Amino acid sequence: MSYKGKFRVWRGEGGEGRLEDFTVEVNEGEVVLDVIHRLQATQAPDLAVRWNCKAGKCGSCSMEINGKPRLGCMTRMSTFTEDETITVTPMRTFPVIKDLVTDVSYNYQKAREIPSFTPPKDVKPGEYRMQQIDVERSQEFRKCIECFMCNNVCHVIRDHEENKTHFAGPRFLMRIAELDMHPYDVADRKDSAQEDHGLGYCNITKCCTEVCPEHIKITDNALIPMKERVVDRKYDPLVWLGNKIFRR
Amino acid sequence: MTQQTAESPARKQRAQLKVRTLRTDRWWLAPALTFAGLTFFLIYGFWAIFDKSYFVEPYIAPFSSPCLTTACPEGARLFGWAPIGDWFTLPPGLIILGLPAGFRFTCYYYRKSYYRSFWLSPPACAVGEPHKKYTGETRLPLVIQNVHRYFFYGAILIGAILSYDAVLALIHKPAGLGTWILLVNAALIVLYTLSCHSCRHITAGRLNHFSKHPLRYRAWTFVSKLNAKHMQLAWASLFSVMIADFYVRMVAKGVITFPFA
Amino acid sequence: MERHEYDVVVIGAGGAGLRAAIEARQQGKRTAIICKSLFGKAHTVMAEGGAAAAMGNVNSDDNWMVHFRDTMRGGKFLNNWRMAELHAKEAPDRVWELEAWGALFDRTKDGKISQRNFGGHEYPRLAHVGDRTGLEMIRTLQQRVVALQQEDFEVHGDYEAYIKVFAECTVTRLLKDGDAISGAFAYWRETGKFITFDAPAVVLATGGIGKSFVVTSNSWEYTGDGHALALLAGAQLINMEFIQFHPTGMVWPPSVRGILVTESVRGDGGVLTNSEGRRFMFDYIPDVFKDKYATTEEEGDRWYTDQANNRRPPELLPRDEVARAINAEVKAGRGSPQGGVFLDVSSRLPAAEIVKRLPSMHHQFKELADVDITAEPMQVGPTCHYVMGGVEVDADTGAASVPGLFAAGEVSGGMHGSNRLGGNSLSDLLVFGRRAGAGAAAYVDSLGARRPQVTGVEEAHAEAMAPLERQGGENPYEVHHELQRTMNELVGIIRKESEVAEALEAVEKLKERATNTTAPGGKIYNPGWHLAIDLRNMLLVSECVAKAALLRQESRGGHTRDDYPAMEPEWRRKLLVCSSKPDGSEVQVVEKTQVSMRDDLITLFDRAELSKYLTEEELAEYDAAAKELS
Ligand SMILES: Cc1cc2nc3c(=O)[nH]c(=O)nc-3n(C[C@H](O)[C@H](O)[C@H](O)COP(=O)(O)OP(=O)(O)OC[C@H]3O[C@@H](n4cnc5c(N)ncnc54)[C@H](O)[C@@H]3O)c2cc1C
Ligand code: FES
Repeated sequence: MSYKGKFRVWRGEGGEGRLEDFTVEVNEGEVVLDVIHRLQATQAPDLAVRWNCKAGKCGSCSMEINGKPRLGCMTRMSTFTEDETITVTPMRTFPVIKDLVTDVSYNYQKAREIPSFTPPKDVKPGEYRMQQIDVERSQEFRKCIECFMCNNVCHVIRDHEENKTHFAGPRFLMRIAELDMHPYDVADRKDSAQEDHGLGYCNITKCCTEVCPEHIKITDNALIPMKERVVDRKYDPLVWLGNKIFRR
Repeated sequence: MTQQTAESPARKQRAQLKVRTLRTDRWWLAPALTFAGLTFFLIYGFWAIFDKSYFVEPYIAPFSSPCLTTACPEGARLFGWAPIGDWFTLPPGLIILGLPAGFRFTCYYYRKSYYRSFWLSPPACAVGEPHKKYTGETRLPLVIQNVHRYFFYGAILIGAILSYDAVLALIHKPAGLGTWILLVNAALIVLYTLSCHSCRHITAGRLNHFSKHPLRYRAWTFVSKLNAKHMQLAWASLFSVMIADFYVRMVAKGVITFPFA
Repeated sequence: MERHEYDVVVIGAGGAGLRAAIEARQQGKRTAIICKSLFGKAHTVMAEGGAAAAMGNVNSDDNWMVHFRDTMRGGKFLNNWRMAELHAKEAPDRVWELEAWGALFDRTKDGKISQRNFGGHEYPRLAHVGDRTGLEMIRTLQQRVVALQQEDFEVHGDYEAYIKVFAECTVTRLLKDGDAISGAFAYWRETGKFITFDAPAVVLATGGIGKSFVVTSNSWEYTGDGHALALLAGAQLINMEFIQFHPTGMVWPPSVRGILVTESVRGDGGVLTNSEGRRFMFDYIPDVFKDKYATTEEEGDRWYTDQANNRRPPELLPRDEVARAINAEVKAGRGSPQGGVFLDVSSRLPAAEIVKRLPSMHHQFKELADVDITAEPMQVGPTCHYVMGGVEVDADTGAASVPGLFAAGEVSGGMHGSNRLGGNSLSDLLVFGRRAGAGAAAYVDSLGARRPQVTGVEEAHAEAMAPLERQGGENPYEVHHELQRTMNELVGIIRKESEVAEALEAVEKLKERATNTTAPGGKIYNPGWHLAIDLRNMLLVSECVAKAALLRQESRGGHTRDDYPAMEPEWRRKLLVCSSKPDGSEVQVVEKTQVSMRDDLITLFDRAELSKYLTEEELAEYDAAAKELS
C-alpha cells in the first residue's frame, strides 16, 4: 500500500533557497514528518527539521504544508491524493536558519516581556484553594504547546514585520488573558495588554484559532474576552464613571 | 563574565518565497461568498429604507420598527407613540436603524468577516494582504469598535421590540404566515444578540471567581454555548430579517395576497 | 571559540534540569541551562498521567509512608531506599510549590489539587491536569525561570545576568581538571559552532535512553547523552539492566508504533482484553501481589467507586507485570489484528467523560490512527519507555562520584529500583532536581575561590568534528537503525543469555562502524552530523545495558530473563555498576552490595510481605529491628 509521493521542500540557509523536488516512498498511515524523515535517511541527510514527540505534544514540528501552517507530525498523508505534489516550507513569519528550521526567538522574547504570575504575598504554597470552574478558562489556554503557528499565521506580523516590536502575537496575548483570569493573580494587566503588547492590533480575523493544533479557541475565549476587559478599563465611560463613584 | 551571545547565520531573513500564498485549496471562496452575502444585504437595506410599504395590519417590517414619527400609520407606532413628532420627514427607519446596524458593524464576528472579505486584511489565513501598513484597531477610526457593548444594549432593545411586534402579530393573526416569519426572525435576532461576545463578558466573563457568583456563572455558561454559534446566528438572523422584512413589504404592496399571508 | 563562565551548568531543560537550575539560581549561583531542543520542548512535556505526591487530598489515609511502601514494592525492593524516602516525603511540597508558580492542576470539590489512581499506587495520588500533566509542569517551570529572569532584569538590567538558557545546544563532553569537573563542551545545533562552559559544577538532567530501541515512546533526544557523559567523565551507572517497557503503546499505524497511551486510561476504568474478549489480566496476578488485587471482574469494577472495601483491578498492576502479560497474550496468538491487545474505555465511560478526562488520547487516536476511543477499543502493545538505571548519586545531594558532577531525573539511577511506578517520575524530577541544584550550589560554595581549570577542549573539538571531516564513511542513520533493531530484538522485554550475548557482539561491531560514519553537508543544523555524534552515546549505553542484563541471572521489574524467570532474594542485595575508560573503551559491569534499609523504614512493612523479597539473613535483621522498635 505504499506509493511514490511527490514532494517539494524548501532547502536553503538563512532565507536564501529554493523549492527542491523529491520523489519518495510513502506508506500507509504515515504523516508528513515520517516522509521528511525518510528523505533525511535516504536522500538528504542534512535536511533540517525540528521535531520531538511525534505525537502533537511538544509543538516542535511546525511547518507550512501546501501553504497552511501545520504540525508535520499530525498531518496524515491520507489527507492528500497520491498524485498531489506536496509543498513543504518553513514558517513564513520567522527568519529561516536552514531548510524547515526557523529562528523563533521572537516568541521567547515576547514571553519574557509579560509580567509573570503574581500571587498575593500572604498565600503559602499548599494553601491555594480554587474551584474547578474558576480554573477551567485558564486551563484551556495552558493546553498551548507553543508551536507558534498562531503567531506565524497572524497577519499583523506575518505581513508587517515592523509590528513585531509592539505586538506580542496571539500566543502571548492569550498568556495575558490566562493570567488575568487566574483566580489568584493580582497583577493589573489590562492597560499593558493594550499599550505594551498590542492587543489593539488584533482584528479578530481568527486565523490563530484556525491553525491551533490544540483547538484552543484563542480568539473567542482569550483575545475577545481580553479586549472586553480592556474596554472596561479604557473605553467604557459608564464603568469608568462607576469606578469613580464607588471607589472601593 | 565573558558573555557573548551566539552568532547566528550571516543572513537572518525569512524564506524568500515570492508568491503570496502556497495554499492549493479554494481559499478565496469563503471571502467571496461573504462579500456577496454582505453586499446583497447592504443593497437590500438601502432599498428597504426608502421603501414606504413597511406596514400592513398586523405586520410591521423589521427594518422600520419601531416607528417613532407621526408619519407612521397608527398601528405601526410602538405603543401608539410618536415621540419624534412630525418634523422628521426622512424615512422613519433611519432613526432606529443605527442601533442594529451599529451592533452588527461592531460585532466581533462581522468585523472578522468584513476585514477579511472587504478589506482583505487578510483575505484568508496564510494569504498575504495587499496593504503596506497595518495598525489594526489601535487608533481612530477603528478604535471605536470598542463601543460594541453600547450597541449591544441598544440591540437588546430592538430585539425586545421585534419580539413585541411578533407577539402582537400572533395575537391578531395567529394563523398568518407573516406572523410565523416574524416570530422566527425575532427568535433568531434575540439569540444572535444574546450570543454576543460583549454579552458574554457582561454576564460573568469579567469575573475571575465564577464559583462566588453561581447565577451569573450559569448565565455565562448559557451565553457561552450560544456564543460558540455566533457566526451561524449572525448569518441566520441576517437572512431572516431580510426575508421577514421583504415578506411584510410584499404583503403590504399586495404582491402576496393568499388568505393566510 | 565562544566561552562562558558560570557557577553551575545544568544540562537538560526538562523537569529535573529546570528545577535544579531554579534552585541554583535561588541560591544566588550564576546558572546556565543547556538543552538540545527549544526551551520548553524537553521530553517532560510528553508526560501525561500526573505527578505522584501523597497529599491525601482525595483519600486522607494517604501519607508519605504509604507512598514510600508503594514505591519500594513497585521497584521490587531494589530501590535506593533513602531516595524513595526523600521522594515520598518531599513530593507534596514540590507540587504545591508549582501551584504557587502558576500551575493549574485539576481540582477536587473543596478546591484542592485533585488526585487520580495509577498502577501500583494504593490511593489516588497523582496530581494532574487532564492528560497533559507534563506540559503543565514544564510550562510552569519554564515560566518560573522567566520570572527569575525578570527579577534579575529589575535589579541588574539584564535578563540573563543570573540564569541563561542555551537552547538547541548539545553537550558532547564534560571537561575536567584532574579529578574534578571543570566545565562542558558543546556545539550549537543552529550554527555548528562550538562553545565551552567553564563551571565547577555540572548537573546532568538529560533524561533517558529510549532511542536505542525501535519501538519506543521516547523522542530523538533520548540518546543517553547524560549517561554516556557521566561514564566518560569517570562516574558510574547503576541498574542499567532495568528498562521499563510501558504496557500500552500504540501499535498502529506503523509510523506511530510505540507512542504512548497513558496509564490514566486504565486508571480511569479502561480494561485490557484479548482477541477472545477475555480480561486476561486476572490470569496474571503474581504471587507477591495476590492479596492486593481483585480476583473477579465484579470486585475490580466496584473498586472504582468504593476503594475502601474492594481490591483494585489487575489492569492497575505495576507496569512490568502488565507489559509481560500483554507480551505473553500476543505470543500465545490471542492478540489483536495489528499485533497488540485491546484497551477499551468506550464501554466503560460515557463519551463526554472520556473526552474530558483523556482529551489528548482522544485527539491522538483520532488524528493518528483514525480511531474514536469513545466508540471503539484501542490496540496497544508494550513500548520502551523509561530507564530505571542511571548515574549513581548520593540521595541527599544528587552528587555523583566525580567531584562537581551531579545528576537528577531520569538520568540518575536508584530511586525507582527495578521498576518505576507511573507518576513517580514527575515528582522525582522535582524532588531531586531541587536537591541536585542545592547540592551543586553548596559544592560551589565549598570551593571558595578555587576554580578548576578547563582542559581537554581540543580533544573534544576534534572528536566532534570527525564525522564532518571524514570522507566516504558510513551513513549514520543506518548504524542507528541497526542498533535499534538489535536492542529491541535481543535485549528487549524478554531476555535470554544467548541473545544478549549476540547483542553484545553486534554492539561491538556497531561501535566500530560508528567511528567511521560520515555526515555530508555543512555545520549549520545538520541532523546527520548530530546523529553521528549521538551514536557514541547510544552505543556506550547499550553496551552497559547488555552487559548488566547478561550478568543479572534473575527476573525482576524491568529485567525479565527467560532462562531465569524467578526473582531471587540473593540478587536483591546486588546492584550492578557500570563504568568505562574516558575514551569509552573497556566498559565494565561489577556487582556492588545494596545498603540495608534503615530500621524505621524497613519496619514500615509487614514481615509476611518482606519474606517474599528478602533473604533469611535479612529477615533475621528485620526481626531484630522490629523488636528494638517495639
Ligand atoms: C510519553 C511519556 C509519558 C510519560 N508520562 C509520565 C507520567 O504521567 N508521569 C510520570 O511521572 N512520568 C511520566 N513519564 C516519564 C517522564 O516524563 C520522564 O521520565 C521525565 O520527563 C524525564 O525528565 P528529565 O527532566 O529527566 O528529562 P527530560 O525532560 O527528558 O529532559 C532532558 C533534557 O536534556 C536535554 N539534553 C539531553 N541530552 C543533552 C545534551 N547532550 N546536551 C544538552 N542537553 C541535552 C534535552 O534537550 C532535554 O532538555 C513519561 C514519559 C513519556 C515518554
Ligand atoms: S513533533 Fe512534537 S508536535 Fe510534532
